[in-house]
Amino acid sequence: MKSLNNIVRVDKVLKDFTMGKTIVSVLKGIDLEIKTGEYVSIMGPSGSGKTTLFNMIGGLDKPSSGSVFIDEIDISQLDAYELAWLRCRKIGYIFQTFNIIQVMTALENVTLPMVFAGIADDQARDKGMELLELVGLKERFQHKPFELSGGQQQRVAVARALANDPAIILADEPTGNLDLATGDEIINLLKMLSREKGVTIISATHDLKMLNVSDRVIWISDGKIEKIEHRDELSISLGQIGEK
Amino acid sequence: MQKNTNPKANLPQQQVALPYKKSIEIAVKSIKSRFFRSLITTMSLILAISFYSYIKTNSLIITGIFFSENKTAIQQLSHLGYEIPDNGEAYTATPKERWILVLSLLVCVVGIVNTQLMAVADRFREIGTMKCLGALDRFILRLFLIEATLQGFIGATIGSVAGTVIALLGSLFKFGTVAMIFISINDVIMSITTAIFLGCFLSIIGVLYPALLAAKMQPVEAMRGKD
Ligand SMILES: Nc1ncnc2c1ncn2[C@@H]1O[C@H](COP(=O)(O)OP(=O)(O)O)[C@@H](O)[C@H]1O
Ligand SMILES: [Mg+2]
Repeated sequence: MKSLNNIVRVDKVLKDFTMGKTIVSVLKGIDLEIKTGEYVSIMGPSGSGKTTLFNMIGGLDKPSSGSVFIDEIDISQLDAYELAWLRCRKIGYIFQTFNIIQVMTALENVTLPMVFAGIADDQARDKGMELLELVGLKERFQHKPFELSGGQQQRVAVARALANDPAIILADEPTGNLDLATGDEIINLLKMLSREKGVTIISATHDLKMLNVSDRVIWISDGKIEKIEHRDELSISLGQIGEK
Repeated sequence: MQKNTNPKANLPQQQVALPYKKSIEIAVKSIKSRFFRSLITTMSLILAISFYSYIKTNSLIITGIFFSENKTAIQQLSHLGYEIPDNGEAYTATPKERWILVLSLLVCVVGIVNTQLMAVADRFREIGTMKCLGALDRFILRLFLIEATLQGFIGATIGSVAGTVIALLGSLFKFGTVAMIFISINDVIMSITTAIFLGCFLSIIGVLYPALLAAKMQPVEAMRGKD
């Protein structure tokens, strides 16, 4: 099986939305292969279809035609249970709007995916604390989202995305609602994860700073892939992370 | 491209889970953090159930007075328009009272449906997020049902105790101690228990449709739109 190290494969994906009588074609035939451990940025202007593609890859929405394969499994073939399992164990999601559950503390947010995964309470707690430490929020574990800044909430979201050791982290404009400095922190955090844990990271963005850390940049515009660039050399940029 | 014989071969046979203990924990947390909203949801229930208990307890008191064979009190009752039941049957509420009662319970359910729909709309994002983290439809449904049951229990307990106490105090005022003597404690407890069950039931009925809507929602739908 030649394509086994493709953790994600997008095959001729089209996506239309019907709005009343008009059909809006948002993805116009996307073909994409992403290898295990890669850090891929999907760049494109607002409205180019990044979020729509993100939803397809993450199994949050179904293509109008074409298929998305995760580990060579066509995810449109999965039933509700298998899809939930995939979302729970295989993929970690990070959103532009953080989407931290407001009524739960930082730690509870991080442990929730582990609860769904059936991991025992104390084990989930330990792992949760470990992950909060990793993102530099160990002291804040009992804080509710409204007591945390945007950057801190996004770091909780990163920790939560890592809860079940997913193979893939999908991030949709993770720095979109953050100021430059906190945005950089998140980018560095993602890079560190990709390097140290070997997680595949797929990030939709129009933050040009993502270019420096990406192994590959996929430029999309108007629902089509414009070009794909390798940025191998630049990805080993150093410095900023070592301080903490 | 080589085809897998079984396309799902490398999917482990594991399933996502949400134990009941955890569901209850999350539901309690959610009620606590949204105390004000929960209060509004339960308010109409408290009112309706207290009305129900008031009517129920009044009937018990009146039956008690009839059985007491206390002349002045019975005369007072007929002055107030209560009809003496034949051959020693227990007094029950008048058709008019029952009609109002049914109406008030109906209004209460409609009120609950309304506030729960708003609550669900407020929680789209939370529901969508949970689904992205691996929640099944029935986890969401279960969370809403547990919340509603707890709200129903609390609201109905407050309501039925309040209604009963008001009825007892009112009669004590109108008829004096004779109102208390012949009333059976068991019947009062029974009436409160019934009211609590009724409250939980109404609360669950009221949340059913909003909770189903919430549970069926696709993550993308839920995440789109407002924060
Ligand atoms: N559910 C939807 N219904 C109709 N149009 C949609 C829907 N979702 C996205 N679109 C449209 O698809 C286009 C691409 O959106 P999106 O994928 O969010 O772009 P990006 O994330 O790159 O900004 C936009 O023009 C948007 O209006
Ligand atoms: Mg977007």
